[in-house]
Amino acid sequence: MKILTGNDLKTGDVVWWAGDTRWSRHLADAVDAGAEAEAILKREEAALRVNVPYIVDGKQTDQGPMPLHIKERVRAFGPTVRPDLAINTSIPILKT
Amino acid sequence: MYQYDKYDQAMVDARVAEFRDQVRRRLDGSLSEDQFKHLRLKNGLYLQLHAYMLRVAIPYGTLSSKQMHMLAHIARTYDKGYGHFTTRQNIQYNWINLEQTPDILADLATVEMHAIQTSGNCIRNISSDHFAGAAADEIADPRPWAELLRQWSTFHPEFQLLPRKFKIAVIASATDRAAMRLHDIGIELVNNADGVLGAKFFVGGGMGRTPMIAPCIREFVPAEELISYSEACLRVYNRYGRRDNKYKARIKILVHEIGADEYRRQVEEEFAHMKTLGLIPPVAELERISAFFTDPAFEQGLSDDIDRSDPDFAVWVDQNTHKHKTPGYVSVTISLKPEGGIPGDATAEQIDLMADLAERYAFDELRVTHTQNIVLAHVRKADLYAIWQQLDAAGLATANLDLISDMIACPGLDYCSLANARSIPVAQKISQRFADTGRQRDLGELKLKISGCINACGHHHAGHIGILGVDKKGVENFQLLLGGSAAEDVSIAKIVGPGFDEDGIVNAVETVTNVYLGAREQGERFVDTYRRIGMEPFKEALYG
Repeated sequence: MKILTGNDLKTGDVVWWAGDTRWSRHLADAVDAGAEAEAILKREEAALRVNVPYIVDGKQTDQGPMPLHIKERVRAFGPTVRPDLAINTSIPILKT
Repeated sequence: MYQYDKYDQAMVDARVAEFRDQVRRRLDGSLSEDQFKHLRLKNGLYLQLHAYMLRVAIPYGTLSSKQMHMLAHIARTYDKGYGHFTTRQNIQYNWINLEQTPDILADLATVEMHAIQTSGNCIRNISSDHFAGAAADEIADPRPWAELLRQWSTFHPEFQLLPRKFKIAVIASATDRAAMRLHDIGIELVNNADGVLGAKFFVGGGMGRTPMIAPCIREFVPAEELISYSEACLRVYNRYGRRDNKYKARIKILVHEIGADEYRRQVEEEFAHMKTLGLIPPVAELERISAFFTDPAFEQGLSDDIDRSDPDFAVWVDQNTHKHKTPGYVSVTISLKPEGGIPGDATAEQIDLMADLAERYAFDELRVTHTQNIVLAHVRKADLYAIWQQLDAAGLATANLDLISDMIACPGLDYCSLANARSIPVAQKISQRFADTGRQRDLGELKLKISGCINACGHHHAGHIGILGVDKKGVENFQLLLGGSAAEDVSIAKIVGPGFDEDGIVNAVETVTNVYLGAREQGERFVDTYRRIGMEPFKEALYG
């Protein structure tokens, strides 16, 4: 699956495309952008709804959509060394 | 300490106002990210893995209690309650909001601080010896010269768009505590045979993906010509440095490719030309700056005796204090490397405490070290126990200076968008593995440095033991290096062999320390034994 991600312009928070014009702080809300990924990125960046967006490869898991690369999983859940700052501590970062 | 004059303050205030307007225009869409990016970077604002990251400059690592309290205020008010002290003697905040950044910079400006030139292809924060002005072995105080370099390099119009970033360090003793020869320009203040103060110039050092030790370009530059000679060095680089390839754009590549002799020849030619232009800083300005760095009012006739009846305190005194030039005083290093902690991180409360201690016991002054610790440079020995008790209560009394757990670690993949692997968990596991202070002290001086990618922010090339995190087909992998040093015995570490996973690299570190323990001779540090016996015994123990 193709997952769209970027940062919120004001806060810098990591956000995930959740369909239409919605961007969520929670990876669980991410939806597959499929073949439309590039077009959605351009539209959303132009509308200032997201900053520096890009596409990452992912897959559906029992815990919802999950990026394949560890870097994106760290972005999704927070620093592995500060569980107190984690976005969602119920999801392990290192395993898909 | 240096204090801003009306020009310094006006420049910083104007920059805050300018950036506030740039942020407003970015938020309303008038500026695209492409247009805005270099503007925010010039103000120290990166977009990192989780959020914006702000890097605040701490010139030559020196700051007052009031400034340190401001760093705590920013951590508490605008971030998540902590900050990360860096190898450039700066501080970084990891969770910054773009909209609030102008307010943060305005707050910093009230205490004569800023984030200018903490990023971008310009001259970065000047670094120096964290014991400057206190060390018994220095020939002069390097801080006035570092401050002069700061003023010269800040907003210098000719050097705002260099081929690549540029780092300068200034020291004034034969003992190098600032990794001086691993800088683009390393300056060592020296006296010539006539006892005249001057500077020895080393140019073209650095770490990153191509580590190099700076060769000596000139043995002696008269002190009053230090700025002019620096300018000549920069001009040659600015003219011929590679702008076509980011990975070959640092001055070390230029010096290496044309050779130190040819680079020197061109610098001397430029220097001779500059001297005809009269580009020597006015003596009055040098004197004005130097006046800010006179000694504080040290008490005379103090005893050097310390009550060592508390054994934990005694260990801390042995490990974390450094000889001061004045009898009865000592320099204290506050370790930011507790067992299992994150190297360089400090909470707002800890930052406030260190500021309070400096105000009460250390003439209102602190230093940030390039090894990510904090120094109280001038402390009465009679006050050590009171200081230690307060540090201990705040988790800041780890007695591990220069031991294996006093390691440098970059933020790695937990925070950094460039990183390939997580450095901090490795640092934490090593620190826990070697938690026993007696075991660490038996190993003696051992500089361990960890980077999460080839950019080497964790100085792995300069570690007695270095660790480099790499991405091996999507999986974190850690290479082990041995034999580096950032000190006066500077050397570049070599990779031992195939890498390890996270637990494997911790085991590997233990293995090489065991080889050292079995092979060392009287008085040898780890790196001395490595240099004597070579790589093979370590490789044999690791890979069979």
